[in-house]
Amino acid sequence: MNFIAIYVLWLREMKRFWRAKSRIVGALAMPLFFLAFLGLGFNRMGIPGLSQGVNYITFLVPGILGMSLLFSSTFGGLSVLWDKEFGFLKEIMVAPVSRIAIVLGRITGGVTTALIQAVMILGVALLMGFRPSSWLTLGLAFFFMILISATFLGLGLIFASRMKDMQGFSIVMNFVIFPIFFLSGALYPVENFPVWLRLLAYLDPLTYGIDGLRALLINNSSFSWPVNLGVILVSATVMVILGAYLFEKSEAA
Amino acid sequence: MEEAIVVRNLTKKFGELVAVDDLSFSVKQGELFGFLGPNGAGKTTTINILATLLRPSGGEAWVAGYEVTRHPHEVRRHIGIVFQEIALDSKLTGQENLEFHAMMYGLSKQARQARIQEVLQLVNLIEKRNVLVENYSGGMKRRLEIARGLIHQPRVLFLDEPTLGLDAQTRRHIWEYIQRLNIEEGVTIILTTHYMEEADNLCHRVAIMDQGKFVALDTPSRLKDILGGDVVTLELEPFFSPEVSLRFESLSWIKTVKKHENSLILTMEKAERRIPELIHLAEVNGSRVVSVHLHKPSLEDVFLHFTGRRIREEEASWQERNRARLRHHFRRR
Repeated sequence: MNFIAIYVLWLREMKRFWRAKSRIVGALAMPLFFLAFLGLGFNRMGIPGLSQGVNYITFLVPGILGMSLLFSSTFGGLSVLWDKEFGFLKEIMVAPVSRIAIVLGRITGGVTTALIQAVMILGVALLMGFRPSSWLTLGLAFFFMILISATFLGLGLIFASRMKDMQGFSIVMNFVIFPIFFLSGALYPVENFPVWLRLLAYLDPLTYGIDGLRALLINNSSFSWPVNLGVILVSATVMVILGAYLFEKSEAA
Repeated sequence: MEEAIVVRNLTKKFGELVAVDDLSFSVKQGELFGFLGPNGAGKTTTINILATLLRPSGGEAWVAGYEVTRHPHEVRRHIGIVFQEIALDSKLTGQENLEFHAMMYGLSKQARQARIQEVLQLVNLIEKRNVLVENYSGGMKRRLEIARGLIHQPRVLFLDEPTLGLDAQTRRHIWEYIQRLNIEEGVTIILTTHYMEEADNLCHRVAIMDQGKFVALDTPSRLKDILGGDVVTLELEPFFSPEVSLRFESLSWIKTVKKHENSLILTMEKAERRIPELIHLAEVNGSRVVSVHLHKPSLEDVFLHFTGRRIREEEASWQERNRARLRHHFRRR
């Protein structure tokens, strides 16, 4: 395995991320608006399905973390298309580096940037008065975040490998990412869905990612964290392998 | 290994379209070899196959001693390529783009620093090394790409339309760099172009390509010799003194004599040195020369000779074809 290649691809992502300050602000704005307005707007309402002593902002924080991870990771995977558009993908593909190393470089880069954004959101949440139920489980929560991010980087790569250019971007956005987001129970407990919709929600890997974060951060979840961990671990593995496979198959020129 | 590239019966089809049609040729180590032809002739497709970015539909190709479909990894290690479109990361500096490349090719830190310094010097970009590429001019981007293609000391360097869209002055500079690195680094260079002067000035041998095939392959001067040398058109007054054309026909260094309205069209070698003599001979034989027109054959004429079309005309119709194809493509979606 060519670790230098993975490292240099990761380093490139970091430099690009660091230099695109406006992009960071843009990427953080939406989850923070959701957190602030939904949180403050619904905080005094009784949301059915929440256990006693958990207010809505507290419930919302893990959901918004999941949202941020979903969006930034899928975009990270899709950003292969930008490289295709600007020609840089050819420079990467013609290098004597295995396709696996290229995929891993992009995934480590994507996971890192998604995680940095999640940490920033968590910071704002702490300022808003959010407190995790236990600081000890925070490390495990970060592991969850890595797996959520890897899952959707894989998804982004799958779409990027099947698409020629950025034209299908809004379709992916409206018909894939938003449904995943709304089905996941980021904003409300999935138990409130009618049965058929709940079944769909349970097919959504993000449901388990967010439920796992809730188990670890606010001690209020549908499933225990090991169950959630099992599902998200499998989904991350499957998505990354599938994304890598399809990326390998696609021709660069 | 004396041959840098050996190609046998190479074919590439995109659905119905045969982009590369049963090509066979070889390129020697250290040669500067050019593909000349209109857009859509198959030049870029051929290069992309040789650079392992596309899989051929048939045939074999060895680059630096390795077969492109069986050992793509080894081929990649030994080639450098400058793509037709800019392939730099504009959010990185020139230096960072080169570092990225050097690390991808597994150069050690020391080798990296030395080599980057060297290639930046070769293309005169030392002072701009820490500027973001998005602030580079078109010519600077090209030079940086050529430098990048050289970092890992490839045996073969592919340049796909290296001066496309550049102004005349920048183009001349790029030509100088290409010549210099061919001599100084001894690297085999394969370039594609649809500029005649480029192929003529730079290349040791030129393959004229049309519709996926070679119509001719030789040195530029020998290709032009096929046309029988320079063409001199003499407008005479009074027309027509038969002695003049008889006298010209009797001379061994004049290859052909044709009459056209009140002019004589002659072909010969080194015509610029013969013009005074032609004028003198015409006057001695009773005709006065009113005007002289000398045309040195270009590779454009060679293309015309072989295909019956001009490269520029071909370009317009290619663009139309391409537009039609795009329309078709979008309808299908």
